Amino acid sequence: MSDNKMKAYWRRNLRYLLVLLLIWFAVSYGAGIFFAEQLNTIRLGGFKLGFWFAQQGSIYVFVVLIFVYVWLMNRLDREFDVDEK
Amino acid sequence: MDVQTWTFLIVGVTFALYIGIAVWSRASSTKDFYVAGGGVSPLANGMATAADWMSAASFISMAGLISFMGYDGAVYLMGWTGGYVLLALLLAPYLRKFGKFTVPDFIGDRYYSNVARSVAVICAIIVSFTYVAGQMRGVGVVFSRFLEVPVNTGVYIGMALVFFYAVLGGMKGITYTQVAQYCILIFAFMVPAFFISFQLTGNFIPQMGFGGSLADGTFLLDKLDGLHRELGFAEYTSGSKSMIDVFAITLALMVGTAGLPHVIVRFFTVPRVKDARISAGWALVFIAILYTTAPAISAFARTNLIETVRDADYSTMPEWFSNWETTGLITFEDKNADGKIQYVAGDENELVIDRDIMVLANPEIAQLPNWVVALVAAGGLAAALSTAAGLLLVISASVSHDLIKKQIKPNLSDKEELIWARVGAIAAVLVAGYFGINPPGFVAAVVALAFGLAAASFFPAIILGIFDKRMNKEGAVAGMIVGILLMLFYMIKYKLGGFGGGTPEDWWFGVSPEGFGTIAMMVNFLVSLTVSRMTPKPPEDVQEMVEQIRYPRGAGAASEH
Repeated sequence: MSDNKMKAYWRRNLRYLLVLLLIWFAVSYGAGIFFAEQLNTIRLGGFKLGFWFAQQGSIYVFVVLIFVYVWLMNRLDREFDVDEK
Repeated sequence: MDVQTWTFLIVGVTFALYIGIAVWSRASSTKDFYVAGGGVSPLANGMATAADWMSAASFISMAGLISFMGYDGAVYLMGWTGGYVLLALLLAPYLRKFGKFTVPDFIGDRYYSNVARSVAVICAIIVSFTYVAGQMRGVGVVFSRFLEVPVNTGVYIGMALVFFYAVLGGMKGITYTQVAQYCILIFAFMVPAFFISFQLTGNFIPQMGFGGSLADGTFLLDKLDGLHRELGFAEYTSGSKSMIDVFAITLALMVGTAGLPHVIVRFFTVPRVKDARISAGWALVFIAILYTTAPAISAFARTNLIETVRDADYSTMPEWFSNWETTGLITFEDKNADGKIQYVAGDENELVIDRDIMVLANPEIAQLPNWVVALVAAGGLAAALSTAAGLLLVISASVSHDLIKKQIKPNLSDKEELIWARVGAIAAVLVAGYFGINPPGFVAAVVALAFGLAAASFFPAIILGIFDKRMNKEGAVAGMIVGILLMLFYMIKYKLGGFGGGTPEDWWFGVSPEGFGTIAMMVNFLVSLTVSRMTPKPPEDVQEMVEQIRYPRGAGAASEH
C-alpha cells in the first residue's frame, strides 16, 4: 500500500474518532453534567431530561457509539484493503 | 425450603460449575495461561470482560450507594461505562494488533526500555492489589451473611476456589468461568429488579418503571423528590456535589477504566483486530444491562425504605429490619423516646442504614420468595470471584512474564515460564487472602482510587504510544512517574491524612481525591509531551512499529516470543 493511501486511511480513522468522541462528550459531560440543570426543565415521561441523561441516556448512547464505530471501521478497512482475511 | 437451604443449594451448584469448567479448560502453554490461546470469540470475551469488570462493588454496593446519593450517583454510572468507548475507539484494536501478552509488554516494547517496563509493572501491581483486597473482603461478607459462617471462613473458601481455577486454568480457565459467572450474576441482579419494578410501578422493565408512575398516579421520581423535601434531604434528582468535582470524578473513572490492566488484557484474547473492536461493544452491552438497572433499583429501594420507616412505630417493623439490625448494618436509636422512627436530615435522625445492604436486603424488603434471596447471594459471589481472578492473573503475569522472563531470565523455556506463572498466581492469591482477612483500614478508602492511579499512570502512556509517533521513552517514563507519584501524594494527603493531611476546603481546584486522577492524568500528558520534545526521537524501528499497529491486516494470533 502506498504511503499516501495509508495516510488517507489514518486521517479518515482520526476523523471518525473525533466525531464519535464529540458525541461521547456531549451526552455525558454536556447533557448529563454541565447542562443537566437546564435540561431538567424538560420532561421525558417521569424523568427530568438532565437526570435521565446522567443515569440512563448516556449509557445507551455509549453502546450505540461503539457499534457505529465498528461498522464504520469495518467499512473503512475494506475500502482501503487493510482488513484481515 | 428456607433461605439457608436454598443458598447452600444454589451456591453449591454454581461452585461445582466453576470447578468443572476449570478442569475442562486447563492451560498447557504460557499463551493459554496469559491470553487463553488467543482464540476466544468476541461475544464470549465480551461476557467475560463484563464479569471481570463488574466487581462486588458494582453488584452489591453500587445501587445502594446511588440510592443515598441520588443524582450524584451518575458519576459511577457514566464513569464506569463511558470508559468502554475510550477503550473501543482508542486502545483495544491497536493493542490487539500489537499482539503481546500484557500491558507492561506494550509499554516496554513501545518505549524500548526496561525502565519503562519496570515502571509499568510496578504501576500494574499497585493498581491491581488495591483492587483485589476489596474483592476478597466482599466474598467474605456475602458468605457471612448468607451462610452464617465467620467472614474469615468465607475468605478461605473464596481463596480456595479462585486458587483452583486461576492457578490451574490461567486466562483460559478464567475466561470460561467468567462467562458462567456473568450469566449467574446478571440473572441474580435482574430477577429481583423485575419483581420490584412490577410491584411498585406495574411495569416489569426496571428502566421503564424508573420513569413510570406509582399506584397513586404520581411519577416515582416526583414522589421521591417530594419525600426527600419533606424529610429535609436534597432532592433525589438534583445533586449536592459541585459540578467540577462531578466532572473530575466521572472523567477519572472513565479514563481509569480504560487504563486498568485486567480490562485491557482481555482484548489480547480475541483472534483479530476486528474482534477486539466488536468485543468491546458486547462487553458494554452486557455491562449496560446492569448499569441501567442499578439506578432504577436505587430509586425503588429508596422509596420502599422511606415509606416503610417514615414515622412508623419501631415495634411494627418487619422481620428483615431486625435481621439486618443484628448484623449491625441497620441501627436505630430512639433519641426522643417516642417509639417512632424519625428518619430525617440533621441531628434528629434516629436511623442509620449501611448502603451495602440495599441490594442484599431488597428481595426481603419486597417480600420476594426465598430462592430469589439465595440467588442474590450466588450473584454477589460470582461478581466478586470473577473480578478477583482477573486481577490475580494480571499480578501473576506481571511477575512471571514482565519481570522474570523479560528482565531476569530471558532464556526461560515456555514450560518453566508457565511454572513461574502458576507460582506467581499462588503468591498473589495468598497475599490477596491475607488482605481479605486482615483488611488494612486504608483498603476500603483506596479501592475507588485504583482508577485514579490507572488514569494517572497508564492511560497517557498507552494513548501517546499509539497516537504520537514522536513520543519517546524519556517522555513516557517521566510522565508515568510524575503522574502516579502526584496521585499517590494527593491520595495520602487528603484520604489517609499523611503529609499534614487536609480538609475538603483545601482540595486543589475543589477536586476530591476520587476525581484527582483527572488532574494527575493531565499533568502526565503535559510532562510526557514536554519532555519528549526536548529529548531525541525514538529509533526508526519503533516508529515503524507505531505505523504498523495502525493497520489491522496481519494481526494474527498474539505473537510468540
